[in-house]
Amino acid sequence: MNTAASHIKTIAKRELSSYFTSPVAYVFLVIFLLLTGFFTFTAGQFFERGEASLAAFFGWHPWLYLVLVPAVGMRLWSEERRSGTLELLLTFPINAWEAILGKFLASWIFLALALALTFPVAITANWLGDPDNGQIVAGYAGSLMLAGAYLAITCMTSALTRNQVIAFILSVVACLFLILAGFNPVTDLLTRWASPAVVETIAAFSVVTHFDGFQKGVIDTRDLLYFASVIGFALFATSIILRNRRAG
Amino acid sequence: MADGPQNPMIRIENLVKAFGAKRAVDGVSFSVERGEVLGFLGPNGAGKSTTMRMITGFLPATDGRVSVGGFDVAESPLEAKRLIGYLPENAPSYPDMSVRGFLSFAAEMRGLDGGARKKAVGRVAELCFLASVLHQSIDTLSKGYRHRTCLAQALIHDPEVLILDEPTDGLDPNQKHEVRNLIRDMGKNKVVVFSTHILEEVDAACTRAIIIDRGRIVANGTPAELRAKSEIAGAMTLQIAGVPDAAARLAALPAARKVEPLGALLRVYPKDALAAAELARSVIELVNREGWKLESMRTEEGHLDEVFRRITLPDTAPAPSTSAVKR
Repeated sequence: MNTAASHIKTIAKRELSSYFTSPVAYVFLVIFLLLTGFFTFTAGQFFERGEASLAAFFGWHPWLYLVLVPAVGMRLWSEERRSGTLELLLTFPINAWEAILGKFLASWIFLALALALTFPVAITANWLGDPDNGQIVAGYAGSLMLAGAYLAITCMTSALTRNQVIAFILSVVACLFLILAGFNPVTDLLTRWASPAVVETIAAFSVVTHFDGFQKGVIDTRDLLYFASVIGFALFATSIILRNRRAG
Repeated sequence: MADGPQNPMIRIENLVKAFGAKRAVDGVSFSVERGEVLGFLGPNGAGKSTTMRMITGFLPATDGRVSVGGFDVAESPLEAKRLIGYLPENAPSYPDMSVRGFLSFAAEMRGLDGGARKKAVGRVAELCFLASVLHQSIDTLSKGYRHRTCLAQALIHDPEVLILDEPTDGLDPNQKHEVRNLIRDMGKNKVVVFSTHILEEVDAACTRAIIIDRGRIVANGTPAELRAKSEIAGAMTLQIAGVPDAAARLAALPAARKVEPLGALLRVYPKDALAAAELARSVIELVNREGWKLESMRTEEGHLDEVFRRITLPDTAPAPSTSAVKR
């Protein structure tokens, strides 16, 4: 197990440093911060709300991540496949899941870093008013889980193709489904045809439903379990896809 | 574990790889002992890369078995992979890394730490002539350097078994020469399997060659044995001055099949491969008996490219798609 941990660490380290040796990381960080700023303060009317909370900030995350997380993760496996390094990676004496986990963790750490850089928003809220900091921490935790779920889905689609653009589009579509299943306008529409139980079941699959709890400051094990299972399932699917791809 | 005919380092039994309906590798069996350098020849799309990918555990076999150092690649992949150094086709590497970073990464993946890792990187950098570019980013390197960087990665853990897919592809003649020498040296106490379609490399580096065509082995032997399959093998080429009927006299020898005039030279072909020695004896006897003025004489060894063409060419039917084989 010790060797597994060191393999994961080695792969994650390489992956993470490859973000920073190219402009990708910096471009992403700048755009991410600009967009969060725009959505929070302008579109979200952070100041006009007159409440000391980060609802205006976190509320946008499912939508913001919809585009940004696939952009971070789309190259994870498709690039390895395109350049042929997949053959190197999978002929090292490691298990495929170690590589999958290592690469996933590297990108997740990168997204966590981007998220951490939004700390001025929390400081602003604290400076202007007296927000519930527990709620803010829960919001950050939820946002990180949300990013992880999207990222795992992007890993999966990235393993499907050598083409990063295709990987990007597939992940956006897949993540969009996860949003829409619990998005109010959609659930309202569904209630016209389906029984409330059905609508609720569909909504239970949505990231929005589970992310809401975190935003309210509640870290519910069911919500944690939901995100963990999305991540686990998508990474497991990645391993199946990689195995079958290798089979031709 | 003891090596030897009972326990060859690489043993391949009835290996099959099917991509849909196409069988890229179709019942290949061979084994390689320590101290052998096996050249893997064949036209493009013959199944060379696919076979190598199954040996290294990158592709699972549809049928058949591969064992490396006694470990079944399907059942104990990690143990088998530990023994193998692999240079994939087109020598992939991570372009955003420096040569040192990339080699360090490979060493770390092979479980080398600290001082051992540093030493391994230094050793392969010297072996593959990379010392001058260690700090350079791989994407700034020429193709030859990139190729050698990937080769260095395959050697980093001083593996028992080296699988090299077209190791001299894209190198200049000097680099080709160096890599061949490297392969020959490695082969002395390891097992090397390398694929190529450059036939001179077989002579330059191999102790044995396998020719594969459309997924099947069509020839397996030492370079000399393969050359003997050539039509020209064993033929005598002579230059005789002032004997107009020499061609007819030579053709009349019982061991001769035909005589072909080549400008001032005459080439006498043996009846069959077994008649080569008899032909040489009788030609020399004839020349001596008649007191012909012999200006030059040599025995042809046979050309590998002729053998290669003869046993792999007859493919006038529409070529099967090879795209399935090349990922």
